[in-house]
Amino acid sequence: MADTSIRGLRIAITGGTSGLGLALVRRLLDAGADVAFVARGRSGVERVCQERPDVHGIVGDVSKKEDIHPIAIQVLGALGGLDVLVNNASSLGPVPLAPLADTECEDLERAFATNVLGPFRLTKALLGSLAAAAREGGEPVVVNISSDAAVTPYAGWGAYGASKAALAHLSRIWDAELAAEGIRVISVDPGDMDTPLHELALPDADRSSLKNPDQAAAEIVELIAARAARAPEPEAAR
Amino acid sequence: MIPAAVAVQRPPDARLMVVDATGQVVHKRRTDFPALVQSGDLVIANDAATLPASLFGIHVATGSPIELRLAGRRSLRPRDIHRFTAVAFGAGDFRTPTEARPLPPPFTAGDSLQLGPLRAVVRAILEHPRLIEVAFKGSPQQIWEGLARHGRPIQYSYLSDPLAVWDTWTAIASRPVAFEPPSAGFLFDWRLIDSLRARDAIFATLTHAAGISSTGDARLDAMLPLGEAYEIPTRTANAIDAARRRGGRIIAVGTTVVRAVEDAAACDGRVRAGHAVATLRIGSRTRLQVVDALLTGQHEPGTSHYELLRAFQDDSVLRRTIAQAEMRGYRTHEFGDSLFVVRGEGARQRPFTTTSDIPRGRLSAPASDSDLTAGHSG
Repeated sequence: MADTSIRGLRIAITGGTSGLGLALVRRLLDAGADVAFVARGRSGVERVCQERPDVHGIVGDVSKKEDIHPIAIQVLGALGGLDVLVNNASSLGPVPLAPLADTECEDLERAFATNVLGPFRLTKALLGSLAAAAREGGEPVVVNISSDAAVTPYAGWGAYGASKAALAHLSRIWDAELAAEGIRVISVDPGDMDTPLHELALPDADRSSLKNPDQAAAEIVELIAARAARAPEPEAAR
Repeated sequence: MIPAAVAVQRPPDARLMVVDATGQVVHKRRTDFPALVQSGDLVIANDAATLPASLFGIHVATGSPIELRLAGRRSLRPRDIHRFTAVAFGAGDFRTPTEARPLPPPFTAGDSLQLGPLRAVVRAILEHPRLIEVAFKGSPQQIWEGLARHGRPIQYSYLSDPLAVWDTWTAIASRPVAFEPPSAGFLFDWRLIDSLRARDAIFATLTHAAGISSTGDARLDAMLPLGEAYEIPTRTANAIDAARRRGGRIIAVGTTVVRAVEDAAACDGRVRAGHAVATLRIGSRTRLQVVDALLTGQHEPGTSHYELLRAFQDDSVLRRTIAQAEMRGYRTHEFGDSLFVVRGEGARQRPFTTTSDIPRGRLSAPASDSDLTAGHSG
């Protein structure tokens, strides 16, 4: 039987230097996972790597097509394979938030590039590794971070909500199609969290009413522990 | 034959030449491949992703421009990323045929190389002045980043456009450890893998660091393939045992799969799981112990890939396939047409040492739409 704890799982997280991503990095490392994270800014990546020397930090922008394979090479180079991919990096679209009628096309494109195309491309580039993990007896999982804005049409959240809705639906179709390969794809709404992204969207929000990202991270870690498993250790080298 | 000059992994008109165990040749479309697979067969592919293994830079002592093509590594372990075997070229790039490229400066052990962000030291000059062992400086993380950001896919002058990394990854690409694409695997998309399951065949993978296929130097080319690190998962080794017990055929997708499993079986005929470096050179004198059939590209005589085909079929049969490929304009190289070759009657005496209880006849009948007459007719 495959082990169902976090220990030894090979996990990649996009958007790992702040908010939910950073909280996930910390909690997964604490639980004994082998973690690689991706973020755009080198200084942020280096800051997290200094805090946690046991993490693999990768500089890259998932919204850029040309960055996807260099990211995948570094994830697989660092971890030697992959059991869990968390597509967490997100773009709000226009900042400050704007009604769709006032949303520039370029802002909508950026939201879709980060929230839909990026996770699609990265999942596709890492699919071979996830399928390999399943063939070897593991239970690989892709976790796509969604939002209640993917379901409820909040005014002003058009670019973000529409792109997160696309991601959530993409997750359901991936999940149906990849069942035969033994790969689960799930979409998770972590709730309204007190994160830099939320502050960008609603700078005047009452922060005390927002969820601590660490609490949301704990719930996702539990979910990963329940769903993902690493294949039994391969035989020793000959 | 004609070099396939466009980087399309699954051209809709890709062809498949099929050579059965008796040496008969028939011509099919590559999309017909699943129909060649029978219930109980085991299809094994190489899931290595391709590293962008061509590194441009400077030989620091002379200031000369060089291109280093990484070609070998001791193991596939993630942190064992400092030392590589590499083939060096002088100025220029893939647009110049390798045989016309200027030579690199003469190397001395200890020389520094600056390859974009990567700094390396020449540790040794191996059996040829252009074949060197290099050691990269820095942490594994810095080296992986340097390779991922600065490396370009190795390619040759028959392609006019530069390859992107994604052109070189198969659909099943997993760990980035190959130096050139395990291109027989370009055949696969996920729907095809599903269709193999629908035929009650088993799909399995191993990971083999496919090396480079050509250097432009006859003496160096004669040394290919160099040692290639591989890993065979436990489940794949078990699947091979199980397929042999039930009389299913072992179908290798790619010459690298043949090399890995035959190397792993070299001791007593049984494929063991784990890490190793393939040093076995497969040719006309090789007695194949595991693989029954091979799906590969169209290879020209004189290449190491063609040599490997001689373990499957007599030279007279192979000469006929080459003549047919010439006549019908089959395309060669990694984006070209395919060849499915079943091990010939004459080449099939495998020693059943630890597996002597394997029935020698095939259990399942040939598929009606298959032209194959192959089986384990002892």
